[in-house]
Amino acid sequence: MLNARFQLPFAEFALDVDLQLPPRGVTALFGASGSGKTSLLRCIAGLEHAPHGRLQLNAECWQDSQRGIFVPTHQRALGYVFQESSLFDHLTVEGNLRFGYRRIPTAEQRIGLTQAAELLGIDHLLARRPAKLSGGERQRVGIARALLTSPRLLLMDEPLSALDAQRKAEIMPYLERLHAELEIPILYVSHALDEVARLADHMVLLEGGKALASGSINELLPRLDLPLAMGDSAGVIIDGTAESYDADYQLLSLRLPHNGQAIRVAHKPVAIGQQLRLRVQARDVSLSLQQPQHSSILNLLSATIVELAPADNPAHLLVRLDLQGTPLMARITRYSRQQLGLQPGQPVWAQIKSVALLG
Amino acid sequence: MPLSSADFAAIWLTLQLASITTALLLLFGTPLAWWLARTRSWLKAPIGAVVALPLVLPPTVIGFYLLVAMGPQGPVGALTQSLGLGTLPFTFTGLVVGSLFYSLPFVVQPIQNAFEAIGTRPLEVAATLRAGPLDRFFHVALPLARPGLVTASVLGFAHTIGEFGVVLMIGGNIPDQTRVVSVQIFNHVEAMEYAEAHWLAAGMLLFSFVILLTLQRRGRTGARAIS
Repeated sequence: MLNARFQLPFAEFALDVDLQLPPRGVTALFGASGSGKTSLLRCIAGLEHAPHGRLQLNAECWQDSQRGIFVPTHQRALGYVFQESSLFDHLTVEGNLRFGYRRIPTAEQRIGLTQAAELLGIDHLLARRPAKLSGGERQRVGIARALLTSPRLLLMDEPLSALDAQRKAEIMPYLERLHAELEIPILYVSHALDEVARLADHMVLLEGGKALASGSINELLPRLDLPLAMGDSAGVIIDGTAESYDADYQLLSLRLPHNGQAIRVAHKPVAIGQQLRLRVQARDVSLSLQQPQHSSILNLLSATIVELAPADNPAHLLVRLDLQGTPLMARITRYSRQQLGLQPGQPVWAQIKSVALLG
Repeated sequence: MPLSSADFAAIWLTLQLASITTALLLLFGTPLAWWLARTRSWLKAPIGAVVALPLVLPPTVIGFYLLVAMGPQGPVGALTQSLGLGTLPFTFTGLVVGSLFYSLPFVVQPIQNAFEAIGTRPLEVAATLRAGPLDRFFHVALPLARPGLVTASVLGFAHTIGEFGVVLMIGGNIPDQTRVVSVQIFNHVEAMEYAEAHWLAAGMLLFSFVILLTLQRRGRTGARAIS
């Protein structure tokens, strides 16, 4: 468990948060620029000294301003991946990797150089100078360097933001591997919802230095009272389980959590039972009162309306649906709502026009 | 041979003076430059200005005050006398002290600029990689500031070699003690020995040109701290 409470005044805003974060998995610190995400991360790393703060990672206390405790950064077992990779130019890739590795006691080394280099696919770059690497390679070296200090907490400050779409796509699989293989909490700062949707299990939504909400990403995304529900990218994430594969039509059927219903997507075959993450955007879901017949739309699911709320566009409404425990969002027009007389508690058919399979 | 043994003695003395001065300045100037580059104290501006003073003051002014301070009635003179060291003017040690002041900005400023150019990011990175403050200074700041340190050494050495006014004020003209090349050139000219003056003067000219040429070439391949 990571407990973090900080109060830190800045010129434009004050950081004021009190968070309890899970001991495993990726927690996204999400918000617009200037919301305090990076400041929060720097406070956790001890790079910023918040005058009022308490930070506890499991049994270790890293800061408690009331008891006058402030453990300096270099004595905290954390890894930090900066926005730009920040490799030392006076060292080779291997020198960079060894920098932190040789500064921790041998007994605490839980990951070796070869292992880290393989995990991030940089074993062929060890002799190179940082100046001779591509942006994506540099960032992978930066991540491996942080991992080699065998951290008990990994902090990542928008590690993809300095990269173009192609480099991002190149790194993403490595980040997903980290997520799967590391047993430590990862805090991942981002303002890109698509990154967060792919990687995060939990999410802290920051605005103006305050935490608007904190919780599992599956629960936060469908909340109509949060700014996440606004804009074209509003949608939900569903962690489905591969149930069957239709080789003829190349369609994968994914069972929804605690649910008898499944979603079918065009995909390569995967092992039955494998967990896959789906993203369904609100604008791709439409509603019907009767079970639609003769439709080309593949995924028709029976749902119940939970809640209706205004969207950012006055012509639209956001509808939160419940698929026997799995939330879904639909964006419809106010006109349609009037025509169909939609009300909370009403059973409807949700037609999902498109589904993105993440990872 | 156009150079006399007195000329060689002057050259040898000059090289000794410049080497010792440069070494001492690197030793004390580097922490000072580090402090100037990193501090947010109000003392930064006044101390920075004091360091830069020798850039604008006539060497005779520096020499004059050093002479007064190190003389029998001055505070430094009183201290050295009470320690049984005698007084420093007209000694090689006095010359070293004078050169330290005279060449201070030429060593401190390039190092300070180099530290400032590195910025805080590499040091923060090092801290997250478990390096403590001294570790960060020796294994990150110093290696990254290497171009600045090289420039500082070369400038400090060359500038000390070119010293004249301060030497004349506090060192006089004592063979093997304080008679450096610049003073020896002055002596030759005083004695109307222009040919001998030429050899030494041309040597200095060539030396200085080569030094500055080297620095210019280095400057073009300026190093970045981090990528």
